[in-house]
Amino acid sequence: MPSANYTREIPQRYRLEASRCKKCGAVHYPPRLVCPECKGREFEATVLPSNGKLVTYTIISVGPSQFSDQVPYALGIVEMEGGVRLMAQVVDVPLEKIAIGMPLTLEFRKLYEEGKAGIVCYGHKAVPA
Amino acid sequence: MAGIVGWGAHMPRYRVKVEEIARVWGASAEAYKKGLDVREKSVPAPDTDTITLSVTAARRALARAGIKGSEIGACYVGSESHPYAVKPSGTVVAEAIGATPECRCADFEFACKAGTEGMAVSLGLVDAGMVKYALGIGADTSQGAPGDALEYTASAGAAAYIMGLEGIVAECEHTYSYMTDTADFWRREHQYYPQHAGRFTGEPAYFKHVAGCTNGILEKSGHKPSDFAFCVFHQPNGKFPATAAKQLGFKPEQWKQGLLCPLLGNTYSGSSPMGLSAILDVAKPGDLILHVSYGSGSGSDGFVYRCTNRIAEVQSKAPKTRDMLEGERFYLSYGEYAKFRGKIIMNERGA
Amino acid sequence: MRDVAIIGVGTNPKWGELWGQSLRDIFVEAALAAIDDAGVDHLDGMYVGCMSSGIFTGQEHLGSLFADYLGQKHLPATRVESACASGGLAVKSAFLEVASGYRDIVLAAGVEKMTDVSGAQATYALGTASDSEYEGYHGATFPGLYAMMAKAHMARYGTTPEMLASVAVKNHANGALNPVAQYQSLITVEQVLGSVMIADPLHILDCSPITDGAAAVIVCPLEMAKKISKKPAVKIAGIGHATDTMQLAHRADVTWLESTARAAESAFKMAGVSQKDIDLFEVHDCFTIAELAVIEALGLVDRGKAGEATMKGRTARGGDIPVNASGGLKSKGHPVGATGAMQIVELTRQLRGEAGKRQIAKARRALAQNMGGTGGSAVVHILEVA
Repeated sequence: MPSANYTREIPQRYRLEASRCKKCGAVHYPPRLVCPECKGREFEATVLPSNGKLVTYTIISVGPSQFSDQVPYALGIVEMEGGVRLMAQVVDVPLEKIAIGMPLTLEFRKLYEEGKAGIVCYGHKAVPA
Repeated sequence: MAGIVGWGAHMPRYRVKVEEIARVWGASAEAYKKGLDVREKSVPAPDTDTITLSVTAARRALARAGIKGSEIGACYVGSESHPYAVKPSGTVVAEAIGATPECRCADFEFACKAGTEGMAVSLGLVDAGMVKYALGIGADTSQGAPGDALEYTASAGAAAYIMGLEGIVAECEHTYSYMTDTADFWRREHQYYPQHAGRFTGEPAYFKHVAGCTNGILEKSGHKPSDFAFCVFHQPNGKFPATAAKQLGFKPEQWKQGLLCPLLGNTYSGSSPMGLSAILDVAKPGDLILHVSYGSGSGSDGFVYRCTNRIAEVQSKAPKTRDMLEGERFYLSYGEYAKFRGKIIMNERGA
Repeated sequence: MRDVAIIGVGTNPKWGELWGQSLRDIFVEAALAAIDDAGVDHLDGMYVGCMSSGIFTGQEHLGSLFADYLGQKHLPATRVESACASGGLAVKSAFLEVASGYRDIVLAAGVEKMTDVSGAQATYALGTASDSEYEGYHGATFPGLYAMMAKAHMARYGTTPEMLASVAVKNHANGALNPVAQYQSLITVEQVLGSVMIADPLHILDCSPITDGAAAVIVCPLEMAKKISKKPAVKIAGIGHATDTMQLAHRADVTWLESTARAAESAFKMAGVSQKDIDLFEVHDCFTIAELAVIEALGLVDRGKAGEATMKGRTARGGDIPVNASGGLKSKGHPVGATGAMQIVELTRQLRGEAGKRQIAKARRALAQNMGGTGGSAVVHILEVA
């Protein structure tokens, strides 16, 4: 991934920075320029909580090339405390023990490397809380 | 004097047993278990590296310190397995905890004592008034060469220390360092695995510097071994620190809490810092702690800490090291371990 | 708005792995087939739907390329993109030019050439239909995203892997009768469930394949259709088009395809009909779970009941709500940008009575549902015998 792209996304990927609409209070991750709920254009910065629960998931056996060595891996939608949802891998748990509704915490992990010479791409994955 | 304001540790949940490694290489598991006093070691999954372990450890230190990441004025990661040769691990950690942009940073390397050097410099910066809080981290995901003795112990883990003048949980009363140029263990640029000098790594390397540092700091501080509630030494295996402790006049009840190696392996730059974290998890106000690291090349950093009343308030604010060590963990086959550790020759992506 | 009819349809001869044919080859074959079927001597304009010619073949600027290679010098030509709904969007766009009175005879085609790149590169290209920063970055694949929808559907409604498999079995049974289809073999539920797992619970036989193919239709004013063409004119009676959030994590309900529901509602309203007036359906079964979720979103069955309805045979050719008599994406193949146009080709043939062994008796009105990504966009057409 190009460095400019990667660097732009650091506040969201490293720190879970989100935006809260000043007009209607809806929280968006990633932050937005216009609120999809009320079309408001003013926001205040906020950060997502690290705790949440699993909404749904799958176990990917055939992955895209940067992830092909990591299969099988679990990927799911996690609903953070407060209601904002995001997509994250679910790790540090035997795949057969993953269940919808299980409590999870986000932990800083490496997503992939751009080959042997490119940059290392970090973010969060979900571990059992 | 500056001291520890918050501490945190992290280790992967995966393990591989000495028996499993010995099975593959046709070695005697019993001989290794007895000789090294190691039964299993932690294994980082492919998504875990020195940086990710450091971030989680640092976040736990912040939780105990009770401060915001933006208050950190310096971030030092000491490791011998930094993910980049050029581009610091510390910048990612600093970004992840919100310490940027007003934050000093550079990475440290001094084999297994890179972390403690970072801790000492952090204390110094705070004492000098250059920054309010400084973060020193020891973290590693080191590689042991396949079939080599070090493969039975080279493991992964991190411990992070926030140093400051306010909210101290363990005041640093004395520091000392004992260092020479001694080629007991090294890795040249572009080499994948390190080299070591066999039995030379013992008495002329580990023991000489650990003893030199311990005797030095005891003399400087005027303390004797019995003054200390706890002591922790660098743990390349379970035997060396116990032997050193005994030679230096310490008793098992003083070093047992901090000796993680038998179940954790050698987390290199994380080794004695993680041992210290296990001690801080249970220490009482007023306890005196001796921390002596060792890094090949060679040198030892020594610290004398005195716990304050505040330590009891914050121990539960983050996961405890022995809970992680002895809690739920997943055992890997040697093949899974080799895959996780990138020891298998993979195809280049051409098509 | 003028009434618009379809007067010509065509495809390249077979969909599949067409190693010997390029992107421009398959487009031209399909477009010529439609032109010949229509019997027109000129075109006034052209729309082509194609999702990812840039990544798959290194080629953009398809309007110019295709007008040139179709021998239509200087023709105004537009490439439209809505991921897997590109074909449906091309048809809608052509409709608008004719309905508005701006142009008379317009070609709407869809094409995709997917097999010049490796499987990994194809997966990457398809992944650009999802949120590359917030889904792809974490290792999401298309089967993976639909698999998440499937797991949620199974947890909430008790949908089973057998129900999913029965969609693939039905569609293969239909596709076996379709000479253009990539796969003309019959399969069983056991074979589906025994095939290799791609993303739990979706096996490889739950997933539409990688395919090269093209399809084209020609539209013109209904008045003109009756003069130009000897074939029964098929009128585009209703069109609906809607989008939804890009990220699956932002959907209000991951088991529900809101964009399809809204697009269908618009189309029904415009055509002045409802579900019971439709005789057959072509829907976007990119994965078996998609067909189940689509027929729920179209209002053909109650929420959660699609699996049961499929097991009971209601969506088979002989059932009361025939779905994907063509074989669907599963059996025909899914050259991404072409699919939406192919649905219109199939339904036009059905409504003309030209569908051979796949013919649904007394087909007078049909609905095509085409969607992009995980439902980020959807285009619905309702066709009727004019």
